[in-house]
Amino acid sequence: MTGRSGVAPRAEALLVLADGTVFEGEAVGASPDGGIATGEAVFNTVLSGYQEVITDPSYAGQVIAFTYPHIGNYGVNPADDEAGRPYCRGVVVRQLTDRPSSWRATGSLEEFLVRSSVPGITGVDTRRLTRHLRDRGAMPCAFGPAAESELRAAAAAAPATDHQDLVSAVTTASPFTRGSGPYRVVAYDFGVKEAMLRQLGDMATVTVVPASTPAGDVLGMEPDGVFLSNGPGDPAALPAIVDEIRALVADGAVPVFGICLGHQLLATALGASTFKLPFGHHGGNHPVRRLSTGQVEITSQNHNYAVAEDSLASAEITHVNLNDGVIEGVRSREAPAFSVQYHPEAGPGPHDARYLFEEFRALMDAVGGGPRRGRAPASGGTGA
Amino acid sequence: MARRDDIESILVIGSGPIVIGQACEFDYSGTQACRVLAEEKFRVVLANSNPATIMTDPSMADRTYVEPLDPDVLTAIIERERPDALLPTLGGQTALNLTMALSDRGVLDAYGVEVIGANAEAIATAEDRERFKAAMEEIGLAVPASGFAHSLDEAMAIGDSIGFPIMVRPSYILGGAGTGIAPSRELLARLAAEGLEASPVSEVLIERSIAGQKEFELEVMRDNADNCVVICSIENFDPMGVHTGDSITVAPAQTLTDVEYQAMRDAAFACIRRVGVETGGSNVQFAVDPSDGSQVVIEMNPRVSRSSALASKATGFPIAKIAARLAVGYRLDEITNDITGATPASFEPTIDYVVTKIPRWAFEKLPGAVDELGTRMQSVGEVMGIGRTFPESLQKAIRSLEQGRYGLNADPAEVSLEPVATGDLLVRVATATPERVFQLEALLRRGVSVDDLAAATGIDPWFLAAMAEVTDARMALDLQVTLGVTVADLERRAWRRLRRLGFSDLQLAYLFGDPVTADDIRAARTALGVGVTFKTVDTCGAEFEAHTPYHYSTTEDEDEVRSSDRPRVVILGSGPNRIGQGIEFDYCCVHASFALRAAGYETVMVNCNPETVSTDYDTSDRLYFEPLTPEDVANVLEAEQAASVDRGRLVGVIVSLGGQTPLKLAAGIPEDLVLGTSPSSIDLAEDRERWNELCTRLGVPQPPGGTATDAAEAVAVAGSIGYPVLVRPSYVLGGRAMEIVYDDERLTAAVEAMSGVGGSLGREGGVTPDRPVLVDRFLEDAVEVDVDAVRDSTGDLVICGVMEHVEEAGVHSGDSACALPPQTLPASVVADLEGYVRTIAEALEVSGLINVQFAVKGDLAYVLEANPRASRTVPFVAKATGVPVAMVAARVMVGSTLAELRAEGLLSEPVTGHVSVKEAVLPFNRFPGVDTLLGPEMRSTGEVMGIDSTFGLAFAKSQIAAGNPLPSSGTVFLSLADRDKAAGLEAARQFASLGFELAATSGTAAMLEAEGIGVSTVVAKVGESDPGVVDAVDLIAGGKVQLVVNTPRGRGPRADGLHIRAAALAHLVPCLTTVAAAKAAAQGMTDWAGHPLSVRSLQEYHQR
Ligand SMILES: Nc1ncnc2c1ncn2[C@@H]1O[C@H](COP(=O)(O)OP(=O)(O)O)[C@@H](O)[C@H]1O
Ligand SMILES: Nc1ncnc2c1ncn2[C@@H]1O[C@H](COP(=O)(O)OP(=O)(O)O)[C@@H](O)[C@H]1O
Ligand SMILES: [Mg+2]
Ligand SMILES: [Mg+2]
Repeated sequence: MTGRSGVAPRAEALLVLADGTVFEGEAVGASPDGGIATGEAVFNTVLSGYQEVITDPSYAGQVIAFTYPHIGNYGVNPADDEAGRPYCRGVVVRQLTDRPSSWRATGSLEEFLVRSSVPGITGVDTRRLTRHLRDRGAMPCAFGPAAESELRAAAAAAPATDHQDLVSAVTTASPFTRGSGPYRVVAYDFGVKEAMLRQLGDMATVTVVPASTPAGDVLGMEPDGVFLSNGPGDPAALPAIVDEIRALVADGAVPVFGICLGHQLLATALGASTFKLPFGHHGGNHPVRRLSTGQVEITSQNHNYAVAEDSLASAEITHVNLNDGVIEGVRSREAPAFSVQYHPEAGPGPHDARYLFEEFRALMDAVGGGPRRGRAPASGGTGA
Repeated sequence: MARRDDIESILVIGSGPIVIGQACEFDYSGTQACRVLAEEKFRVVLANSNPATIMTDPSMADRTYVEPLDPDVLTAIIERERPDALLPTLGGQTALNLTMALSDRGVLDAYGVEVIGANAEAIATAEDRERFKAAMEEIGLAVPASGFAHSLDEAMAIGDSIGFPIMVRPSYILGGAGTGIAPSRELLARLAAEGLEASPVSEVLIERSIAGQKEFELEVMRDNADNCVVICSIENFDPMGVHTGDSITVAPAQTLTDVEYQAMRDAAFACIRRVGVETGGSNVQFAVDPSDGSQVVIEMNPRVSRSSALASKATGFPIAKIAARLAVGYRLDEITNDITGATPASFEPTIDYVVTKIPRWAFEKLPGAVDELGTRMQSVGEVMGIGRTFPESLQKAIRSLEQGRYGLNADPAEVSLEPVATGDLLVRVATATPERVFQLEALLRRGVSVDDLAAATGIDPWFLAAMAEVTDARMALDLQVTLGVTVADLERRAWRRLRRLGFSDLQLAYLFGDPVTADDIRAARTALGVGVTFKTVDTCGAEFEAHTPYHYSTTEDEDEVRSSDRPRVVILGSGPNRIGQGIEFDYCCVHASFALRAAGYETVMVNCNPETVSTDYDTSDRLYFEPLTPEDVANVLEAEQAASVDRGRLVGVIVSLGGQTPLKLAAGIPEDLVLGTSPSSIDLAEDRERWNELCTRLGVPQPPGGTATDAAEAVAVAGSIGYPVLVRPSYVLGGRAMEIVYDDERLTAAVEAMSGVGGSLGREGGVTPDRPVLVDRFLEDAVEVDVDAVRDSTGDLVICGVMEHVEEAGVHSGDSACALPPQTLPASVVADLEGYVRTIAEALEVSGLINVQFAVKGDLAYVLEANPRASRTVPFVAKATGVPVAMVAARVMVGSTLAELRAEGLLSEPVTGHVSVKEAVLPFNRFPGVDTLLGPEMRSTGEVMGIDSTFGLAFAKSQIAAGNPLPSSGTVFLSLADRDKAAGLEAARQFASLGFELAATSGTAAMLEAEGIGVSTVVAKVGESDPGVVDAVDLIAGGKVQLVVNTPRGRGPRADGLHIRAAALAHLVPCLTTVAAAKAAAQGMTDWAGHPLSVRSLQEYHQR
């Protein structure tokens, strides 16, 4: 009857947090080496869109706990992948769906986890886990079928994401292009999501470049605009990248648009400092006020770090989170550069903030006087 | 923006009587609105004809008009109160339609009343299906292929062009009235005709049927700055073709990828913006083709709805409350989320559990009705189950229905499906019925695949696969049990797995089989640490701390019930609305909560009905959204006892305000915890034999009678007391399965019908020695009287109300009109009644409410029954007399004396000087084929109240409010049984003197003419068809009759006159089936003719 009827019950497994708190469940997905998976435990509150979340490179180094109990209901399909493969280190759910149902599904989430070597644990009291992380903050964890003592040790030893460069692990090795729109945009890949490239690709021919690409090379491609993508981890661990961005905005000639990590890096380049939120924002329902109009947009969010308000000298705040006042958007006072902390490209999440891509287009027009048609494709603009 | 200061007073229109398709969810939304507007310091003027509602409690508004919801009456109210604004979006379809009428008549312009929330333009765009369709196409949203018809020919033509099957949908309807799916031309002709009748603007949408596709709803909110949010998505378990109100529905949506969900969200926003709902909540319904995901818009309701009430309870986001704030100028981001106390309302709730809503139907009370579900809503109530997973929430919801089921089968009732062949079952599940979910599980157990079932039913495989997990676990356990595994052998993880699938201890005990009991299961699993944990509904998936203790049970690691150092009182609610037990009891529970909170207690509400005020998270200090079963209630009590710290303690449990439901649970609650009248006294009143002995001992006269456990015994009893007799089961409410019989044959048939699980009482437990059949002498032509009283522990007693019924005894008290104060009873009789009530209350040591029903013949009063609990009439009495009866009773139950309450000012003398009439509202218009004859089995879904200076005026108002306004001119058609002819004379005379033409069947006509009353038309008798003589049905169908009086011979269910009553029903001609009602009508028409319409608020009536 069900996908699993007659199948042997799943192996018992435990999830242990760095502070020693233990949760029981059953092992699903890929089996981790030595029966132990580790990473920084964070919770995500989306009701739909688990596939986009799991394949979002920003989760590199993290173990994603979903607050919604039924995960896997509609299976998986290639079109909803946000990257070539997941970079997260594990998935924690209350009830993994055995038998998906959707005309779009090409397989089950469980198969997908196995295929993409993501270990998981199901049957967990994820609400208790969420309340714990909410009160104590995101922390490393270890989970799997291994013995409790081993898991405790592993959890205590597991690294948090602080001060780690996780970007180099997820960025593209060599440039590649996306889209065929009239504008020419160079996109820094810190862990870029497909949804962003789709949005940009509608308006521009996008050259996606490695995170380490020097500002000079980027400017050499004579883009109409430069895009700074989302990505995993701690912006403070990426000083080299910040230097390049500083160079870009110092030039002042090219419009810059940043999202998520891209936003934190731009703000840092503009002189701001960043800090780690207790448990971050991971969900699809965060209200953000757009200060220019007073409108509230429901936003998709996924970040543990944020820009510190008092540190913003050369930029103005454009968006604010109504739940906790966190800065959600900034614009440079000098350079044609702006960025948002949340995810206007959605994938998953609401479409309320898609207008920001239009604003990027408008900025490119204002600065460059429209798409630079008739130019030969920039060097590095092919290949990949 | 914030609060509008340019408006000062606001008129709120309620939704009137509880009818199918419009139930107490609108009391919930209206009550929230009134409370919010009061908080915001607006002057609130409320109009609602329904006395059973909490919103019509005088404390909820500055001016409360319990007056008919009719354009003329509302005009009079507006004239008198001159409100600045009218808020139409919280009173259901009734309020919307009235607002449209007032706007069309120019009343709103004339008095400068601004419509806030949704304006007339927006309402028309959403409700007029033609304009709506055009609007959707304009913004590029797909709708099913369709055309509009204003005549039968048009309808047929469109049908032919679109192709069958065809969906027929009238404009401006509610609850799918007049809708239907026509597979053929023939049926289309019929449905279209009905549809054109059902639509107030005689317009029907003739649409391609997409029955079988997936059905979804989004609850959307918008503020005046155009901020839009989705509060909740709902996915129907039953596909398109079953009305949402009759579907099992689940929140959140389960089977949409985010890409599809966001597309639906965008469409819903586009829809609310185009329709132009400026502020507030709306509900947008979609159909999705499972083969390619294509979406079409089905309809949008520009107001709060049944679904928004469900969404509010499902998420903890109070849509109506917020809608009211938005309507008076606030923006979503200016309102804080009560639950977190920190974040704004401008967000989209996310939840970490699943809710399942299951409707409750009343087919068993409506002989002649077919229990097939379709596009016309037929359910009378609903329950909601909350669980961490769908299987758990489904099983909890089934348990909540109170129909003797322990969950998704795995209970004694499941055997009824065993004899049915798999092939037949597969055929049956193709049609939606109340039994379908059980049939599906049985088929899964028989190995039928999820895909085959999905193909047969159109139900998404995801739901069926989730049900199959329950089945698999059950079968695995069955196997273990046959292999000799015992309760002691199961390990912790196994118990945990089973409990997490929602299995109740009762189900597990059943699966282990005798002698294992639920207590054994409970003991075994708790010993291994598998207990019940309570989680919190918090709108945010635990991302933020919740300040409102709104809990549901599940089996997890962590329990979130907070400790308390205060005295706590648990109030058990009344569960799903059903005929015989509805909103009146929710009113009582809510008032108890208010009164006890005011008196310094912490109140704890337990209920599973999402439509009610009692399940609003801020009605009580704590809310447990749980099934009302012994097991689930025991879990709550355990949790609450464990929660006591310092001087905190569980004072007790109130079981006597929620109708029969909590009363049935009293036995399972520790005696010392039951507040008010003791369970043994309750049982004494319910147990017929002991009750009879008591009455004899007290010298309280009763109709002669006896009890029987089978037909033979019953016949014997009848022989000794003489016919006619009234037979009925014990321990049921609303005259369930009650019958008046005139001979042995009918008696035998009646008793057999009640017996056995298969019998009409299968769910109620059939007939057994401890649940005998009661056989009483039926007192013909007796006046029935209801008395409500409150007694305190010192023996002090206050008579709250004496109500004289209009219809004679034999018509269930819930179905008959009644007047307070009594109109014809001699003072001496009233004194006798009050004396009997005191004697009985004394003997039962009542502490709290007692309701006693009498039948009075001449000046002799017989006691029919005594209910030592809140009765259906409590809210009516409170509104008629200005005494907060339920509050007084609640205080008495926790130890206050009436003297103290008098001193406190809570209890004062009833106000007098006016007459209040309660009239019942019956659901016949939804069940063609059901005889409209009133009898001892209650069938009304709701009630209305008319108040005025005379009985006639009050009665006339009650008829307008009930939707059968008395005519002021035309023809009255009389067809009286012989025994009624003499009595009917008086009424006929009055009709004639009022200038009405009279028509009558030959016998009645002869009698009238013999008495010198002219009859203009003589009609053929039943069966007779002498040429040249008019036929009654033609006369009525031809619109030549404005009022029908048809009293059948005797009182049993008999066909005589059926066709006359059916014709009256079909053509919406008011039809009275008793002479008593005819007399009341005549008096009403006389007074009404002599007086101009006048309206007055409760606050004025209650002036002391
Ligand atoms: N074109 C259609 N084909 C099949 N079923 C339909 C169609 N349109 C509506 N329905 C069904 O009829 C039900 C009632 O229709 P609806 O217009 O929503 O009535 P109401 O206004 O009373 O809610 C819907 O819930 C849906 O299940
Ligand atoms: N002996 C009787 N003679 C006449 N009518 C009766 C008699 N007993 C009951 N009835 C009628 O049946 C109705 C239902 O009976 P009751 O005992 O009140 O059942 P319930 O508990 O369902 O209210 C009463 O309201 C009354 O109209
Ligand atoms: Mg509908
Ligand atoms: Mg009664």
